Amino acid sequence: MSLTAKKADQQGDLSDDQRIINAMHTFVNDFGLTAATYMESCVKCGLCAQACQFYVTTGNPKYTPIGKIRPFQQAYDRHMGPFAPVYRFFNLVPAVTLKELKYWQELIYDSCTLCGRCTLICPMGIDIAELVKEARHGMFEAGLIPERLALMDRTTVAWGSPATPAEDFAEIIEEISQEYDVPINVDKEKANILVTLAPAELGDHTKAVADMAKILNSIDADWTLCSDGFEASNIGFINGDLALQKKLTMKLIETAQRIGAKTLVLPECGHAYGAARWEAARWYGGPVPVNVVHMTEFLDDLVSTGKIKLDHVDETASFHDPCQLVRRGGVTKAPRQIMEALGLDLIEMEDSGSFGWCCGGGGGVVSNTRADKLRHKVFDLKKKQFEETGAKRLVTACGQCRITLTMGAKHINWNQETDSLLELVANNLVT
Amino acid sequence: MELLEFARGPALQSAMVIFVAGVLWRIIGILALPFISIPSRARKGVLPEGEVKGWFEGIWRRMWPHKSFIRQALFSTINGHVYHIGLFVVVFLFAPHIAFIKDLTGLSWASLPSNLVNAVGVVTAASLIAALIHRLTNPVQRLISTFNDYFSWFVTLAPVLTGLLAVSHLGARYETLLAIHLLSIALLLIWFPFGKLMHAFLFVVSRGATGARMKHRGAQI
Repeated sequence: MSLTAKKADQQGDLSDDQRIINAMHTFVNDFGLTAATYMESCVKCGLCAQACQFYVTTGNPKYTPIGKIRPFQQAYDRHMGPFAPVYRFFNLVPAVTLKELKYWQELIYDSCTLCGRCTLICPMGIDIAELVKEARHGMFEAGLIPERLALMDRTTVAWGSPATPAEDFAEIIEEISQEYDVPINVDKEKANILVTLAPAELGDHTKAVADMAKILNSIDADWTLCSDGFEASNIGFINGDLALQKKLTMKLIETAQRIGAKTLVLPECGHAYGAARWEAARWYGGPVPVNVVHMTEFLDDLVSTGKIKLDHVDETASFHDPCQLVRRGGVTKAPRQIMEALGLDLIEMEDSGSFGWCCGGGGGVVSNTRADKLRHKVFDLKKKQFEETGAKRLVTACGQCRITLTMGAKHINWNQETDSLLELVANNLVT
Repeated sequence: MELLEFARGPALQSAMVIFVAGVLWRIIGILALPFISIPSRARKGVLPEGEVKGWFEGIWRRMWPHKSFIRQALFSTINGHVYHIGLFVVVFLFAPHIAFIKDLTGLSWASLPSNLVNAVGVVTAASLIAALIHRLTNPVQRLISTFNDYFSWFVTLAPVLTGLLAVSHLGARYETLLAIHLLSIALLLIWFPFGKLMHAFLFVVSRGATGARMKHRGAQI
């Protein structure tokens, strides 16, 4: 393969050799039994390409998911596999070069949303999405990630959130409270429920914060937001910055423990769910001492137990399944049950639930502005499937999906809004 | 030493030693790596034994693609099943092979009629050739394929073809054809632990681990 990718970004002033050493060292640390077996099991059938929106919409075989981890595979074969000494001695598997790492930057970050559709088609059951996520760890340590994501990383390291410094948080929430005329609890010393947010909810989606407060207030819940533990989107999880992922995760857990919260409610954000629901235990060292639920699960519980009642919308709607919540997280029924409670006539897309296509912006792709052109191309797939349903409303339960879908529609002058499930619930709450 | 004597004796014996030692080395090499587990709470209602069930579900479920992928995976799946089943029939249900295994292990079982096995052998060879054509003409497969893929294909097809020639007595003396067949098997056994043919063992772990992970989350396997 000739390596003629567009110019890759790099961070820091590491020497070329040090970048490679850092990448290899981190790659190698990720090879446990399961990842190693995945590395050893691929039969190169290429079916994963058929499940990947970047291949399907461009027809370019370089986007084949299993090919996206080739440097990771090389590192395994050369340094960790059972025959690594032989491969090294005879140089049967060459050492990974900086040129290769730079070439693969686009494949690992710009053209993979970690959506995991490839994992579902793989006849060997290889969790390719997980391997790409692990490959990002090495790329981050090598200072070889897209600059836009690196900027968000640096901001989050400094502020604790890519959206705002913690010291400004309470003030922003106060403004949202006044704008929507809803009391919003901040920094209560003790509360049963710790509510967390995604960056967009302090920017484009402030109504979601007010809506969440409206619902919680309606059931007289003992809840609060906290200035020192509100950021749930976890850019470390997306970028491959494990130190930051750990820091952000532990901040949430420690905040929940400090205020005595029994439940930690995650915002409408898919990656927050992946980071806090499934990976937090890695950093905590065991099952976390708080019940971590996604906003959708929380709302579903309120609806199904009759704690909230909803007016009927009586319109047709289709649901865009956020990958980390549904395919990778198992929350498939909850959003549909809420839509049913809203009286929405759900019309499923051709590929839906666990098999739905990603919005194209997951895994940091929506924030990685240099990938815009590619992202807009893959958006066609989602647009086509939604239009085929003939539904009026497009609903989702992830702020990042919503932004991606909204930006995609705007780019092609498509007059279709994307609704937040949380906002639909709040708008139709019987009080 | 006659060629047949060599093939039956030192060639096959050393190949089997390499096969057993290589397979054990590779499996132990993988199993020796740490099992990185993230002890998150399972989806409500999923018990620890449910994750074991997920392991087996993962192994079974990936035998056939999900409905959403059937159209794209149809050729690979059907052709893959044809040559996998074909290889099983030819290797384990052909009377001379059963006799060979009986000599080696003392175990034996009923065979299928030779003509039927020969026909299956022809279909298997055709299916393997179709797989190669697909690999060479499909841009995705061509891009991701390496020497491992092509050589593994060759060492799999060679015993099928040489076996068919041997039973048909075509091209040379039977003893020579049989010797070539045995040497091709030796080559297969020697390559097996080093290449992708090891998926015959490893699929249990790769499918199983993903099945267990997804079951833990209550997600689609």
